[in-house]
Amino acid sequence: MFGYYLDLAWRSLKRTPILTGLMVLAIGLGIGACITTLTVLHLLSGDPLPGKSGQLFYPQIMPDTRSKTEPEAEYTYIDATNLLREHRADRQAIVVSAKLKVFGPQPGARPMSLSTVATTTDFFPMFDVPFRYGAGWTAADDDARARVAVISQALNDKLFDGVDSVGKSIRLDKWDFRIVGVLQHWRPVPRFYDLYGQGGFAESDGVFIPFATSRDLAELGIQGNSLDCWGQLADQVHLENQPCVWLQYWVELDTPARVAAYRDYLVHYSAQQRALGRFQFKDKPLTALRGLMDWLGHNEVVPSDVRLQTWVAFGFLLVCLINTVGLLLAKFLRRSGEIGVRRALGASRGAVFAQLLTEAGLVGVAGGGVGLLLALAGLWAVRRSPTNYAALAHLDLGMFLTTFVLAILASLLAGLLPAWRACLVPPALQLKSH
Amino acid sequence: MMEFRPILSALRRHKLAAGLLVLEIAVACAILCNAVFMIRQRLAQMQVHTGLAESGLVWLMTDGVSGDAATPVTERNLAALRGIAGVQSVATVVSLPLANNDMNFNPSMDADGTRRGPNVQLMLGSPGYLQTLGLKLVEGRDFDADEYAGMDVWMPQSSSMIITRALAGRLWPEQDALGRTFWIGNRRFRVIGVVDHMVRGELRGTASEYVALFAARPASALSALYVLRTDPASRGRVLREAADKLMALNPQMLINDKGTYADLRDGYFAGDRAMAWLLATVCVALLVVTALGIGGLASFWVAQRRKQIGVRRAIGATRRDILRYFQAENFLIVTGGVVLGMALAYAINLLLMTHYELPRLPASYFPTGALALWAIGQLAVLGPALRAAAVPPVVATRSV
Repeated sequence: MFGYYLDLAWRSLKRTPILTGLMVLAIGLGIGACITTLTVLHLLSGDPLPGKSGQLFYPQIMPDTRSKTEPEAEYTYIDATNLLREHRADRQAIVVSAKLKVFGPQPGARPMSLSTVATTTDFFPMFDVPFRYGAGWTAADDDARARVAVISQALNDKLFDGVDSVGKSIRLDKWDFRIVGVLQHWRPVPRFYDLYGQGGFAESDGVFIPFATSRDLAELGIQGNSLDCWGQLADQVHLENQPCVWLQYWVELDTPARVAAYRDYLVHYSAQQRALGRFQFKDKPLTALRGLMDWLGHNEVVPSDVRLQTWVAFGFLLVCLINTVGLLLAKFLRRSGEIGVRRALGASRGAVFAQLLTEAGLVGVAGGGVGLLLALAGLWAVRRSPTNYAALAHLDLGMFLTTFVLAILASLLAGLLPAWRACLVPPALQLKSH
Repeated sequence: MMEFRPILSALRRHKLAAGLLVLEIAVACAILCNAVFMIRQRLAQMQVHTGLAESGLVWLMTDGVSGDAATPVTERNLAALRGIAGVQSVATVVSLPLANNDMNFNPSMDADGTRRGPNVQLMLGSPGYLQTLGLKLVEGRDFDADEYAGMDVWMPQSSSMIITRALAGRLWPEQDALGRTFWIGNRRFRVIGVVDHMVRGELRGTASEYVALFAARPASALSALYVLRTDPASRGRVLREAADKLMALNPQMLINDKGTYADLRDGYFAGDRAMAWLLATVCVALLVVTALGIGGLASFWVAQRRKQIGVRRAIGATRRDILRYFQAENFLIVTGGVVLGMALAYAINLLLMTHYELPRLPASYFPTGALALWAIGQLAVLGPALRAAAVPPVVATRSV
């Protein structure tokens, strides 16, 4: 039966090429705009670590006395290292980054400026970071303030032609570091772990070194990008005892019970710090423990313009749809005679309805095709735009399927009212006038 | 003037189709008004006056010099850059307006720090930087040579500062700012001059010009960003030669970025420009789709009413009457859409105001939007209406 409806629909659409073309164009334009903006939104609001993000949390405490309603987003050195030492989560890591001057092994070569992350040993297993050669450093390396480094695959390709460079050395500013690991290509989007450093859509990091080592070599200047101080600084290079928040801190908590326990721990820790005279609060300390996706939302990682664009696109689709409803109505009612004859010959209302919806769906499929082409053109334009996520804007299989699902759904929706209206055509009246 | 009553009673027989058209025009009108408003907002923001004499300015962002070598090496580099033909003046600064990178503080208005001022950007530069940037002093004086003193990492040792007129007005409204002081931590600074305009690294609405300028000799924190003033025609050459010279003098220096000030400004507004283009594209597409919708439905109605048109022509209506009928019908429908659309536009604007910090839609948008949609409607209906007018009276006598 469906095949017969398709055949009828095809014949009917062929009979009015201009009207059909208008409808296909309208749906195509609307779908193209929506898919372009949805792809960008999907990219920017995606889960950077699917399967793992549910166990990753960003704890927050309130170390300073500035009256606020929200705990600090970053940590002082004292609090971050306290939490790290007390080791109450399944895994935990301090994260801070900066752009450093990196020298390769070739003598006389010009240095490069690379994003460098100072962190602690758990970073690699906690974030499921894949290694091509070697592995991350150990807790012993952290304690010993070892001059070891993990480098990215891109940097390894550039400096060592992609061969195993474990054991070789690179220079960061004035200091040599021994390479212990080389990453397999790793670029989570958004770059969730360092929102307060290089940001959510910065280029991927080139080098990773132990946090303790970066403090040992304070002149490297790894202080993140949003140093926030609330008192007079005695020393602006050695921030260990200064009233400043500048570090990020991540924990992995594998069960809901551990999550609840960690919440209590943050309150308990704050109370303990108050007893030591460091924190000040009245009844309850300001603390928070946000999951990874919640943390991204809280920090508004998706630019507001991208959301606005998506709204505009859907508004446009709405106009295109109303337009299509009008045109379909005109098209179906013009065929009142034909519908009357079919009804008189025994076709049920349902059959006529199904046939007309098939016709609307066929318009949707064609509109989806046009929309897909327009979305590809739209994404090409996005890639040429000067935004920092531009290069990542590609249509994946999911969005490809979404295009057609959305187009067919939209056209069926647009077809409902006209098809229903056309079903109401009384058979006898139509026959009489002919 | 045309009689509207018969048109209205005819439309009543096409409630559904006419209603859809009204709805489409209403939604289109609401989106158009808000989109055009947002485009104009973005364009207005892009016109911001930075306070700099922008046309002859070029800049080079290096990785800076650390340690004790910072002062001598940077001063040597500045001297070398000054020697390039066509360079009028050179300085190092900590940041530039619209560079998306700034250092901020909250001044204390009294010695014990109980009364805090608003968030202010800390601007700092090496000797002569006000002139290099082209900032205009309106009160007081520029820094003296001896006020360009040393630095304690980020803080200048000299206690003299120059503030923008906007900051002066905020801190000491309707008073003379010269000679007034505030504290940063336990350091006290005194206003010696006021500049007309200067915006921050990042625009922040009414606080965009809250900037305090300080003076220092080049030091580690003041060794990365070089600005050069030249005449606009030789910007490209000066930029190339400056980069070559810095690289030759400092084999290990990194030049992370460089360009004219116009490049930097373009970069800052790139997102706004892209958004404005996108909105403009949507507006055009909306108008086209709406016009096609109006035209398509009008064509259908003309085809459907051929017989009635023939009857009207046969009993004496002129071609002009028929043409006018369809034009008037379209005018009525568009008017309905515009009225509904204005209400919708206002509602959307209210939503945007709460979520995107957009100001209220000015009332002038309503008549302009109505005029635009009437024009589009008339244009779209003209073809079908002419076709209707061409229907010969003889159609009335034929049976289908």
